[in-house]
Amino acid sequence: MPLQYQGIIAEHQTAREGVGVFDISHLGRAWVKGPGAGSRLRSVTTFDVTSIKVGAAYYSLYCNESGGIEDDVIVYHVGEESWLVVHNASNAVSDFERLRAVAPDQAVEVTAETVMLAIQGPDAVPLLSQVFDIDVGGWKPRQCGEIDWKGGKAFFARTGYTGEEGGECVVPAEHAEALWDALLSGGATPCGLGARDTLRLEAALPLYGNELDPTILPFEAGLGFAVTFQDGAPFTGRSALIDAQTSSPIRKLTHLAARDRGVPRAGFPVHAPEVTEPIAYLTSGTFSPSLRHGIAMAYLPVAYAKPGLMLEVDVRGRALPVVVVNRPFYRKSRPS
Amino acid sequence: MKMDYETPDHLLYTDSHEWIRRDPDNPNLITIGITDYAQDHVGDVVFLDYQVEDETVEAGDVCAEIESTKTVADLYTPVRGEVVAVNRNLEDQPDLVNTSPYDEGWMVQVQVAEESDLDGLLDAAGYLSFLETN
Repeated sequence: MPLQYQGIIAEHQTAREGVGVFDISHLGRAWVKGPGAGSRLRSVTTFDVTSIKVGAAYYSLYCNESGGIEDDVIVYHVGEESWLVVHNASNAVSDFERLRAVAPDQAVEVTAETVMLAIQGPDAVPLLSQVFDIDVGGWKPRQCGEIDWKGGKAFFARTGYTGEEGGECVVPAEHAEALWDALLSGGATPCGLGARDTLRLEAALPLYGNELDPTILPFEAGLGFAVTFQDGAPFTGRSALIDAQTSSPIRKLTHLAARDRGVPRAGFPVHAPEVTEPIAYLTSGTFSPSLRHGIAMAYLPVAYAKPGLMLEVDVRGRALPVVVVNRPFYRKSRPS
Repeated sequence: MKMDYETPDHLLYTDSHEWIRRDPDNPNLITIGITDYAQDHVGDVVFLDYQVEDETVEAGDVCAEIESTKTVADLYTPVRGEVVAVNRNLEDQPDLVNTSPYDEGWMVQVQVAEESDLDGLLDAAGYLSFLETN
């Protein structure tokens, strides 16, 4: 996927006001199928994926034995003993190894022979309904399943990474061009990696490599909802995560909105009044095309992670005032 | 590489992708902006911050910081002189740098101290061949 086709702001606005299509085929895709597949998958995920209803998706994490985040993934429970897992591109090789270690005969990677597209925006649902000839509006958020398309099977889900309506689909590579053309002739605009990043940042969705890495605990990242222990099943990192959940965190992923001109970017230092050393460094930052000001995220010591608190970001030697805000930065307007 | 960038013949250019227009009535008064190639590579400009105002600048000084969705770039003055004007419109409409790089997207005007300092600048053909070889 290119960084941009026509420009980040125009593509961003397309996804917020119309419909954008993102070629996300770089993401890793693997099936885990067969007897016991769910509990094998559960042995590496922080969320009890066996509790996901057939036909639904849920966000989960792969953690290490210390509870640090190795990747964030979407798990789709497609059939009774059939699961699709989507991995970040940078971790796809090690993630698949992780699956193969627990399900050697059941894990099958399909990244190379399929494409994955995300179709996002307020006009995405009618377009998808038309292209796939199904009533996408009748599908609930996070619903997923296989559909008939072009005489074969396609996988479709009401998921995404933009904070908008829409869905994501996986089709065999030989049908990719036909699908892309159908979406474009139905009114979708191609969007690149740049807009994908500004959209996910406005929605305050974390990105592996920026907000998430093997030293970050799920609770620090605000991802406690993706960690479950109630089923009692063992999984990698379980005991460290139980300890972490019961102790108070030192730092917390915090959302900052600029109060003046300037673009906060990843790596810039965050300063608190009357503290000499930086209290944190930004994990992500950008100009928000929807809000028309800078937005950023950083792991702040919990004492500073208080909405309304004023801080400063050092933008190449200049102090940019920022305020701590609640997530998300941007929320789509409710359908009227 | 995309090569259909506009490079008007009546302008001078730098190898840091500024264009320079000499005032027909006052050849030592120059207007500086960034080229079509530069605006395309910087991407959507979202803020323009002037680093100078009514002051003497040396060749190579940063006159403005150009913040885009992708990156931040600097506008340099290629010659020594006095900054006599900056384009305040860009503070409210930074996208003019993208939509009209050679006209409404101009950034600063400098009264050149030494006319011969302009001799080292590229003409349109020279800038195009610089783009092709770099």
